[in-house]
Amino acid sequence: MSKLRLEVRGARKQFPGVLALDGVSLALAPGEVLAVVGENGAGKSTLMKIVAGVYTPDAGAVELDGAPVRFADPASAIAAGVVLIHQELNLAENLTVADNLFLGRELTRGGFLRALDRRAMNARTADLLARVGLPAERAFERVERLPPGEKQLVEIARALGTDVRVLIMDEPTSSLTQKETDQLYVVIDALKAAGVSVLYISHRLAEVKRVADRVVVLRDGRNAGELAKSEITHDNMVRLMVGRDLKQFYPKVKRTGTGGDAVLELRGVTFRGGPAHPVSLEVRAGEILGTAGLVGAGRTELSEAVFGVRALTGGEVLIGGAPARISSPAEAIVAGVLLVPEDRRLHGLVLAESVGFNLALPNLDRLGSLFGVQRKAERELHQTWIDRLRVKTPSAAQPVGLLSGGNQQKVVYGKWLARGPRVLILDEPTRGVDVGAKAEIYALIDELAGSGVAVWMITSDMEELLGMSDRVVVMHEGAIAGELSRDALSEEAVMRLATGGTGT
Amino acid sequence: MTRILGVLGLLSILYTVLKFTHPNATSFGNLIDVANYQGRYGLITLGAALVIIIGGIDLSIGSAVGCSAVLFGVLIHKGVHPFAAVVSVVHFGATLGLINGLLITRLKLQPFLVTLCGMFIVRGVARLIGAPVSGTVGTEKVLAVHPEFRGAIESLRYALIGKDETGELLFPMQFVLLLVAAVAVGFFLHRTAYGRYWYAIGHSELAAKYAGVNVNRHRLAVYVACSALASLVGVLLFLNEPSVQSDNAGAGWELYAILGAVLGGCSLRGGEGTAVGMVLGAMVLPVIESIVNFRGEKSDVIPFIVGLTLLAGTIIDELIRRRSRVSR
Repeated sequence: MSKLRLEVRGARKQFPGVLALDGVSLALAPGEVLAVVGENGAGKSTLMKIVAGVYTPDAGAVELDGAPVRFADPASAIAAGVVLIHQELNLAENLTVADNLFLGRELTRGGFLRALDRRAMNARTADLLARVGLPAERAFERVERLPPGEKQLVEIARALGTDVRVLIMDEPTSSLTQKETDQLYVVIDALKAAGVSVLYISHRLAEVKRVADRVVVLRDGRNAGELAKSEITHDNMVRLMVGRDLKQFYPKVKRTGTGGDAVLELRGVTFRGGPAHPVSLEVRAGEILGTAGLVGAGRTELSEAVFGVRALTGGEVLIGGAPARISSPAEAIVAGVLLVPEDRRLHGLVLAESVGFNLALPNLDRLGSLFGVQRKAERELHQTWIDRLRVKTPSAAQPVGLLSGGNQQKVVYGKWLARGPRVLILDEPTRGVDVGAKAEIYALIDELAGSGVAVWMITSDMEELLGMSDRVVVMHEGAIAGELSRDALSEEAVMRLATGGTGT
Repeated sequence: MTRILGVLGLLSILYTVLKFTHPNATSFGNLIDVANYQGRYGLITLGAALVIIIGGIDLSIGSAVGCSAVLFGVLIHKGVHPFAAVVSVVHFGATLGLINGLLITRLKLQPFLVTLCGMFIVRGVARLIGAPVSGTVGTEKVLAVHPEFRGAIESLRYALIGKDETGELLFPMQFVLLLVAAVAVGFFLHRTAYGRYWYAIGHSELAAKYAGVNVNRHRLAVYVACSALASLVGVLLFLNEPSVQSDNAGAGWELYAILGAVLGGCSLRGGEGTAVGMVLGAMVLPVIESIVNFRGEKSDVIPFIVGLTLLAGTIIDELIRRRSRVSR
């Protein structure tokens, strides 16, 4: 390693009640991709925000190319070449790509009127788009019309427009398809070649393995360890993140997985806004049916149709062998079909309300009557599920939006477990959940299937799919592309079906 | 909780100011007069607040009040017994709410636009049905045609307003009505599952739907309740005033109702508010009006003072909120 591009020494940051960072250090060489991993709450975000000038550290030093820096705000960090790309992208959706690339630093002809120099900006836009592999005609497209992957690339292009030296990416692939992710890797490689240093934060350890030259692991606001390129394995990272071995990360303890009777059966189902071809599948008692597919394969839409969010236009849904008419989530819930939705912040939880409010919301009909909720019964329900799922919260009155992602997800599970599911549909069951909570959720899913619940798990996380599924159905462009038994299950087989190839 | 303390503080300041404004200002006579108006505004505030809690807005409240008052007068004028007319008018109000609610839930139109159009349309209806009686209805006017209803109207006025046959206010019955209605609203909001559903809908309609709440049915019910309360207040308006004009009765009252709801702690983003807060919030405006009247100033300054008070309240509220928020 030659001269360092960025060095952080002993960074410390105290928030009211929490010591977020307790003397964290890291070093980054020019043209290096350094992944920072850790559970939620380990201090990754705080560290990144210190580097990018969002926060100022209470103690410790940051050096850029050997010179100490202390950014007062993100603007001065950007001016120095340190750019943070947030997980929730910060693009003006209603403006064009070109407008976004120059937002706040438009090229002008100068003078009092600051008339825009369109020609200069267009030329520069074409150059920037080419560097991230986007076609030049995207320049005049409104950002809201772009798929998520291209938005990510626009963010990177914008960073490139500022002569970036350190690019920080926070969960850049969380909403990308595999193809878009691959494109992102290509761009990252190009950035490296151009000498840009990248700080890469991700929960997806497979991705870290692919992209990182080195990994720094944080735990509880401290450095937990560091892995060189050759040492980057899933097990090594997890061990450092949680500080212990996770023997049973994907448990199969409680369930047999052979499956009993079909509890949920779709026969030739078509639905509004869905593809023309009908879909059939069944989920059996006591098994976990995994469903894979690329983003846009129609998996979420299919599960929404079963849950009553989307109207069926053909075929039938059988629950426990009997035809069920489900035209709203309320009816699905009565039938025992419960959904843990993909977007828990939008669909899964009333974020502004408390943990208890959310746990009780779908169960109020069972707490006394609708006309008088029994407070004692409700308190018992709160305590039961907070304890059983080990939700880390100061009390049931805590607004659920203030919990970590993993604990929020546990509340979503809790509100359904309190009802007792027959069919549990899990759409991305551990998205944005840290490793420790993930293991707990997997154990929970295993236990549920073991008790006879039919679990239908939709996931884009390959490790999760391979680790947890007893059987896998792969979707491609709205249709079932094939089914894989546990024995035939492999990443290659899944990807072949998911990309439209034929099964073996 | 802090919101309730805040509006309580504001009220105690206003009552103190009222006390020092004029020796007669805190006499029993004036206090019940203020309470009379507080009851009237409070009832529409309850409706407006429920709509705001579920994340909606109703701008047609004032027109519904005016139209209901005119309809009440016209019905009696046509020989309908006053008791039956009360029932008909509240039905009419519920129907208005049903139309608002259906347009919002079935056609998925924006509440602001639907009820803004409703404000004009319902005002138009008031003027059309009021045209045969030259746009004015009033107790003496209908009694001139139907003297046989004197007893019924006077007992209604006595029971609902608390005024005797000479028009003298004996007791602020409208405020009692407000308290009764507020207890009912509070029971629904804070003790039943329905209230939970309303808060959930206001904060996140999608999350409520995915938790099995029949979102549309609840939104519909709340719009119906809001308009039904408005039409009841229309009846009260008729009984309280010597005469009511179809072109301006209740005009702008939806804004008083919204103001009361917001002062009482309802967030226009939805999902927040308490029954106690609604009552306290609705009590503010009549006290301000009384202060202005006793200072001998023209009623022209009332909008100015009201606006200034609310703005000051909003600023103080925001500052408190910022201080209490945990910075991360």
